[in-house]
Amino acid sequence: MAHVLKINGTEHQVDVDDDTPLLWVLRDVLGMTGTKFGCGMALCGACTVHMNGNAVRSCVMPVSAVVGAEITTIESVGETPAGKRIQEAWLAHEVVQCGYCQSGQIMSATALLARNANPSDSDIDGAMAGNICRCGTYVRVREAIKIAAGQSPVARAEG
Amino acid sequence: MNGSQHMAQPLGFSRRVFLKASAAVGGGLLISFALPGLMRGVQATEGAFAPNAYVRIDRDGRIFLTIQPVEMGQGTYTSMPALIAEELEVGLDQVIIAHAPADDQRYANPMLGFQVTGGSTSVPANWTPLREAGAAARILLVAAAAQQWGVAADSCKAQRGEVLHPTSGRKFGYGELADAAAKLPLPESLPLKEPKDFKLIGTAAKRTDSPDKVNGKAVFGIDVHPEGMKVAAIMLCPVVGGTLDSVDPEPAMAVRGVHQVVRTDNSVAVVADHMGAARKGLAALQIKWNGGANAKVSSAQMLEDIKAASMQPGAQARSEGNVEEALAKAAKKLEVTYHVPFLAHACLEPVNCTVHVRKDACDLWLGIQVPARAKAVAAQLTGLPEAAVQVHNHLIGGGFGRRLEVDFVADAVKIAKQVDYPVKVIWSREEDTRHSTLRPFHYNHLSVGLDEQNRPIAWTHKVTGGSILARWLPAGFIDGVDGDAVRDACGPYAFPNLSVHYVRHEPPSGILPAFWRGVGHTQNAFMVEGLLDEAIQQVKADPFEYRYPLLQQHPRAIKVLELLREKSGWDTPLEPGRGRGLALTHCFGTFAAQVAEVTVSPNGEVKVDKVTSVVDCGIAINPDSVVAQMQGGTIFGLTAVLYGNITFKDGQVEQGNFDTYRMLRINETPVIETHVVASSESPGGLGEVPTVTIAPAVVNAVFAATGKRLRSLPIDPEELRQA
Repeated sequence: MAHVLKINGTEHQVDVDDDTPLLWVLRDVLGMTGTKFGCGMALCGACTVHMNGNAVRSCVMPVSAVVGAEITTIESVGETPAGKRIQEAWLAHEVVQCGYCQSGQIMSATALLARNANPSDSDIDGAMAGNICRCGTYVRVREAIKIAAGQSPVARAEG
Repeated sequence: MNGSQHMAQPLGFSRRVFLKASAAVGGGLLISFALPGLMRGVQATEGAFAPNAYVRIDRDGRIFLTIQPVEMGQGTYTSMPALIAEELEVGLDQVIIAHAPADDQRYANPMLGFQVTGGSTSVPANWTPLREAGAAARILLVAAAAQQWGVAADSCKAQRGEVLHPTSGRKFGYGELADAAAKLPLPESLPLKEPKDFKLIGTAAKRTDSPDKVNGKAVFGIDVHPEGMKVAAIMLCPVVGGTLDSVDPEPAMAVRGVHQVVRTDNSVAVVADHMGAARKGLAALQIKWNGGANAKVSSAQMLEDIKAASMQPGAQARSEGNVEEALAKAAKKLEVTYHVPFLAHACLEPVNCTVHVRKDACDLWLGIQVPARAKAVAAQLTGLPEAAVQVHNHLIGGGFGRRLEVDFVADAVKIAKQVDYPVKVIWSREEDTRHSTLRPFHYNHLSVGLDEQNRPIAWTHKVTGGSILARWLPAGFIDGVDGDAVRDACGPYAFPNLSVHYVRHEPPSGILPAFWRGVGHTQNAFMVEGLLDEAIQQVKADPFEYRYPLLQQHPRAIKVLELLREKSGWDTPLEPGRGRGLALTHCFGTFAAQVAEVTVSPNGEVKVDKVTSVVDCGIAINPDSVVAQMQGGTIFGLTAVLYGNITFKDGQVEQGNFDTYRMLRINETPVIETHVVASSESPGGLGEVPTVTIAPAVVNAVFAATGKRLRSLPIDPEELRQA
């Protein structure tokens, strides 16, 4: 059936079954491929988007459950103050490797920073433990969140 | 004959590069370069210049670099362009980077002789050729400018995409010189900069691929959407090597958005408008499979089989001195067996391939480490000539060796042949895990003999496992020895008497032994560094001091160890229940060592608290990327040490999603410190190095903490639980 979704401030009408995961509506119906598929069971976080500012896993979020909500994806998270700071910190600190998980990492990190301006290490663990990175960028994910929060990251030894 | 040299030093990479310049299609300057065939068994034909990479400068001054290795996170789209740009005298902000098309001739890996990204070869293989390509282009551009001005070339200077004549103040942009430069003969010699003059190499560079990876714009293979494309969810026979019996398509066809149920010999795919419908349709099907010969395969039986096979003498890979005699007179002798499990790669971007088969052509869109192999398999399955198959390579969402294989390309092409539109086939996480190619299970026998002074005088290592090279690169399987499987079988140590043997023991057909980050080193370094530590602990020696006499031919290794001792705080005591472990490797032309610091709880759970690494990888092209790879490779290896284990029951892989095939997460990640040794040596590979050392470093640390020696992976807390 038809659903009206508000994504990145724009309304979209999509005609899919109620139980269709939001992930596939974004990727296959609307062509917004920045949100990634990793597991389909909310185990890896690659598909993280914001629903009314909260990080949710779009691979298990039925489209019928997001009608009326404000959905934000990686494509426009940089327009939010926290998202912009996170993206800038990610670039300044060279977090990415293959980059496949990074949309989800950035969405989770942005949701954390938006509600907690000064996250501790355990806050970071709590918010980011649902996001798997096979390249192993976790050290820099942690440091970049601290940079975005205006903290000094633990210095990386080089030399 | 020295079997360990088969792959470890492949192939005696010749530094000689043949360059030629020619007019680029559409005008401008094209530099292509070629290397003689380097693979054993492949004839090097001098004079037949098959170009393998390109610098193209058009009349507008745009500089295009076609990069042979594909970007999969390792930073190759930053390091490879830096090599060219350094000599071309342009900034990384001035170049446009393109994926190489599928072509084993023109885009061969200079070290391996065919088109492949792997084996941590990109930097060492391209170190000289790409700088020479940049230098050749610059020399021609300068010569063209000098000719037009009627001045000596050495009175001109190249800088940021322009040739300047400082005394007259004249200048040309590279684009203005491209046509003239293309007509000039190549210089006889290509002098390269001294390291002290490097502007880009050795300086932390911003990754060229990062900006699009933080805003969702980066296009991976899974993101393509050719006109008219539909998507497919696939299920392969759960028993590896089994086939499809039958399926009634109706329950899937009843799902809205589903177009077709496609059957192949070994799979069922549901094609739909979107993956939500395709997955729902696939889940609705009752599929009957024929497990066939593998229906009873189990890990327990495979362990018994490989144990039995490992009792064979094996093929000799390496022999120095007289190991039998030395062992016979040894004052002490340790004889042990170690084993490591099958491992899947679990790239976060699940295996996928988009294919459009027509009567006269076929297009593939995917991320692949071996594009020419993808092309070949598509041609074979469609019956089309290779020239009719086009491979569109993309960013790779994790390779780790999985995308050195084309099994999934074949599966996708078989489906695409049955539909008349482009179809994107995506493996579910469960399918990706259950049908992964696998790092082979190895069951190894090792021994070490010590003399009266507790020095090692004899070392034997017999590797038993399935051969990757016999299938993947038969030229590397020589006289019964898989050159990859026996890599590093003695570590970097000068044991006066040693022998290495290899027993090829294949798992049931359908299980494909395959490269995995760190390749043969990962298995062997775990065992070699483990046994060396056993000897050291038994004689109560110092793990650093004990290694030094064995490393006299490798002063770089000694320097790495000395720095590591200091940086890791090795000599600071730890409280009970904690321990430090050391491991060293010399692989991919790089020396690296790590100290892991662990805490083992009374119930046997191992927490890795800190990992300190020291690496000498020669000249670090992008030092920040070296640190990033050391961090990431350590974490990749830790997942395997703590959790990685693919097991079989009734012919089926027992693991599926990340709940059963567990990955290290941020809250489990130790403090990781990396120290890079300043070096002017030729650069070595890096992406796989820390994955090699982390397993033995952790296991040796566990011994220090508990007194318990682990000789298999992953770590089993039950083995460490206090009674």
